[in-house]
Amino acid sequence: MIEPSTPVNELLQRKIEVINIGVEDFAETLQDQGVRVVHVNWSPPAGGDLEMMRILEKLL
Amino acid sequence: MIAESVVLPNRYFDSVFLMKVAKGLSGELGVSQAAVVMGTPKNLEVLASAGYTGVDTLGARPNDLVVSLKAETVEQARLAFDSLDGWLQRDGNSGRSLAPRTLNQAVKVQLGSNLALISVPGQYAAQEARRALQAGLNVFLFSDNVSVEDELALKQSALEKGLIVMGPDCGTSIIGGAGIGFANVVRRGPIGVIGGSGTGIQEVTSLVHRWGSGISHAIGVGSRDLSDDIGGISALQAIQALEADPATSVILVLSKPPGKQALAMLTDRIGRCSKPVVTCFFGMGLHNEPQDSNDVVKITYDLDAAALAAVALTGGTDQANNQAAGPDRTELIKKERALLMPGQRFIRGVFAGGTLCYQAQQVMLDAGFSVLSNEPLEKGMQLADSRRSTGHTLLDLGADEFTQGHPHPMVDSSQRAERILAEADDPSVAVLLLDVILGYSAVADPAGDLAPAIRQAKKIAQLRGGHLIVAASICGTSDDPQGLDVQTRRLEDAGAIVFDTGFSAARFAIAVAPEV
Repeated sequence: MIEPSTPVNELLQRKIEVINIGVEDFAETLQDQGVRVVHVNWSPPAGGDLEMMRILEKLL
Repeated sequence: MIAESVVLPNRYFDSVFLMKVAKGLSGELGVSQAAVVMGTPKNLEVLASAGYTGVDTLGARPNDLVVSLKAETVEQARLAFDSLDGWLQRDGNSGRSLAPRTLNQAVKVQLGSNLALISVPGQYAAQEARRALQAGLNVFLFSDNVSVEDELALKQSALEKGLIVMGPDCGTSIIGGAGIGFANVVRRGPIGVIGGSGTGIQEVTSLVHRWGSGISHAIGVGSRDLSDDIGGISALQAIQALEADPATSVILVLSKPPGKQALAMLTDRIGRCSKPVVTCFFGMGLHNEPQDSNDVVKITYDLDAAALAAVALTGGTDQANNQAAGPDRTELIKKERALLMPGQRFIRGVFAGGTLCYQAQQVMLDAGFSVLSNEPLEKGMQLADSRRSTGHTLLDLGADEFTQGHPHPMVDSSQRAERILAEADDPSVAVLLLDVILGYSAVADPAGDLAPAIRQAKKIAQLRGGHLIVAASICGTSDDPQGLDVQTRRLEDAGAIVFDTGFSAARFAIAVAPEV
């Protein structure tokens, strides 16, 4: 069966390039393996206020 | 001894980094303990119960950094707090101010990005994953505590876009040779793995490597993907992708027992797969007649058999068979058993890897043992109080009740070391069953961290005139950063008997434990 070319299939065929959000160690580990990574200097949206976050997400 | 806490408003850091800061601070002069966490209600509760009185009255919010210390004097605490900025600026955090602050900014910085690795706290994770999918990225979602509804919506949205969501609660993937999350350093080769559990993927990929073959890709799908709620959306996508992948010639699927409908869909899809498939669904062989394998599907019930079947399908049978069989331990079993005192009867497992705990339960149940667990394989085997083992007990220390407010045992061994000593205090214990997990992102010297506790545990038993048998398996390869040989030696020097696989360690435990 010939599978359609999808982004998932392409993910397996070319080198991964990663955006890392959260634990910075994961970015460093990937960099050590020669993987291109951008680490996001993330912090909880709306100062960690979940109710405010839900409101903002609807607005934006 | 005094306990002091300070709050630094609006300073967010990830929990793994903060664990390192806490370790650094606890080494400052006069400091006996340090905790550095974000000010979530749960974290504040854990701190208050750990004796940091007053910490819950400081008004800390989830986006605030809370630093708590126990020191001998107020002056020593103050000096340690003064050193905090230095610790917070170490490692990769020095360049933080230049880094993008959102996923959308990051996509513009690195135009070729095709994967988002998301490990933010669970309540924020779904939102970040939605953004990643909108930006056309595949998602590796390490975070847990994501709702089933969010998981389903994310996976359906990904499917429409031709993208995949690996997770939530996905610990491990290996894509094109790159280990993501907790992964071992394994040879590239013809076996593609799809797994609903991180340590399951780690164990099976390590065994494939150790038994002479290699991994094309290993795709984690998250612990709930093969439930009927989700219907195996990611697993089915992964099968299609590996079937289309020229580097993959055999596909291995491992998971806890799938839901009924998910299993039916998966079985149908596997039956139509143009490549041979090995399945390993824990617990499914217990009450059902073992199912027959055929040319397309090899059905196995443990990770050793799964890895062996996959390697055999790629033509590597002899080396694999020899290594999987391991040495004859009949004499060792006799010798160890002879040293036990009357009354030493029980097996206690203190695991870092959830799947290895699960597999050991299956081994014990298969052999007719009655076994309890905080993460039971079957209903009715639930341990009443996770803090207290009774009879045969196998504990998963990576489960929620042990990791809320504490680091996971794969990144910090201290909770496991404490529990090993607690088990040794019980004179009815005969065998301690352990796993040591190597690889990227795991603790730097897991065997070295556990060795003092293993020595002490054996000594406690010896002082009673008894003998504690310690059986430990190592999940990993000689190419892992921790080094397989070094880790093996550390365990053996501490008096443990070391096994190549979690399955063989569990088999040894039931062979050496006295009949009850």
